[in-house]
Amino acid sequence: MNTMIDHAAPHLDDAARARLAELVEELSAQPGKISGVFPAVGRTVARGPSDPADPDGLRTPRLEDEARAVLLQAVAAAWRSEPDRFATELAALYRFGDADEKRGVLRALPTLNIGTSGLPIVADALRTNDLRLIAAAMGPYAAEHLDGDSWRQGVLKCLFVGVPLEAVADLHRRTDAELARMVADYAAERGAAGRSVPSDAWLVLNHGDAGAEKEN
Amino acid sequence: MRIYDPHIHMTSRTTDDYARMYSAGVRAVTEPAFWLGQPRTNVGSFCDYFDSLLGWERFRAAQYGIKHHCTIALNPKEANDPRCVEVLELLPRYLAKDGVVAVGEVGFDSMTDDEEKVFARQLELAGEHDLPVLVHTPHRDKAAGTRRTLELVAASGLPPERVLVDHLNETTVAMVADSGCWMGFSVYPDTKMDEHRMVRILADRGLERMIVNSAADWGHSDPLKTVATGRAMLEHGFTAADVDRVLWQNPVDFYGQSGRLLLDDDTTATGPTATFEGNSVLRGQRPSGQED
Repeated sequence: MNTMIDHAAPHLDDAARARLAELVEELSAQPGKISGVFPAVGRTVARGPSDPADPDGLRTPRLEDEARAVLLQAVAAAWRSEPDRFATELAALYRFGDADEKRGVLRALPTLNIGTSGLPIVADALRTNDLRLIAAAMGPYAAEHLDGDSWRQGVLKCLFVGVPLEAVADLHRRTDAELARMVADYAAERGAAGRSVPSDAWLVLNHGDAGAEKEN
Repeated sequence: MRIYDPHIHMTSRTTDDYARMYSAGVRAVTEPAFWLGQPRTNVGSFCDYFDSLLGWERFRAAQYGIKHHCTIALNPKEANDPRCVEVLELLPRYLAKDGVVAVGEVGFDSMTDDEEKVFARQLELAGEHDLPVLVHTPHRDKAAGTRRTLELVAASGLPPERVLVDHLNETTVAMVADSGCWMGFSVYPDTKMDEHRMVRILADRGLERMIVNSAADWGHSDPLKTVATGRAMLEHGFTAADVDRVLWQNPVDFYGQSGRLLLDDDTTATGPTATFEGNSVLRGQRPSGQED
């Protein structure tokens, strides 16, 4: 259990780890209690940025995100033989979550071994205009499972609403000529309106394939 | 004068109200979940409403420098509608959240059996979630409703100091004072209570466990009635410290029992350029220097 905490919640201090370990023990015995434990994590375990330079947790998980991921892993393990039950509760935690809780679910998705069943949650987050949720939605889970069209739209939305592209997991690996074209068109449109282009757009525009396509 | 309005339905108020409240000294509010005027017909309507109390309204208040908390409950009026009662099953998820500082408004509207059942169940929920309770007393048959309220509170085993019985007047204050519960008064332009009657009650009974709110909502009401009461107190000869006790310290002490006040919280997005789910309150205006 402590290995799980060390791995998934490296920024918690010793006191927070001890409180988290108690909750993990409680949920391992009674996983159904997660519905009341999950919302209260900021009060019961820890709250705050893990990187002071990223107060809203756009690029890095906040302390409460790390703790919530550990709790979800504990519940997933306790309900190992009942994956549907876990999936239902996970969806409910997201549905009834406030923005902090929703972000906690999104950040935990890649650690839960749930295949593609978390994609509706990612899709919901990408429909919002909440920077915190969009950034968390474009993490490693989206990089692994999101289809090409949705992933490219997600990256474009990041540029559009102001989520730094550093928040997008595997940006370099998944960037393709189509995304580079979309971003180039976006930059052209901004230029035509006399508006600046976010500097991290170049992370996509410099993609090798795009240059090759453009010259054809 | 710093003011905590312990009962105000900001969902029904405008940004102008927020601006006026801030300039008059209001720095924190509690918004109880209540009836919206238009009846709800399903549980989903409650969830969206609770979500908005916890999300959008907290954000909107923060844009004007005001800390926003809420209380969550099935209100007495809709406790009579079987389509709404199922929301009780979902309340525990909401009662666990940050910024939820009490169970409320609970209580009686028409004193029906259904209302009593829902009221008693929600008193239990308050115990289970270690939360104070905000009780609405009925507009009609107020004295009988208040008496029955106090019987249910006593039967619940909740400590009376964790219960605030609201919308009191000269005829109902004595029994609540004797019960040990907190006494709430909604100061309205025409009905319920006005600031001068309020001052007389404070002069007669002292300031302990006394709570004054505007209960401003979608009806004829005034979000600055807390301020008017503070001024009337000063005119009567109460000190500035007395005013602070009633209009700030008492509500902080009562709701502080939840351990969930957000008064020192630094996590709420603030500043006029912040957005909530992409919506700002600026309607397309941008402060100078922000144009990109």
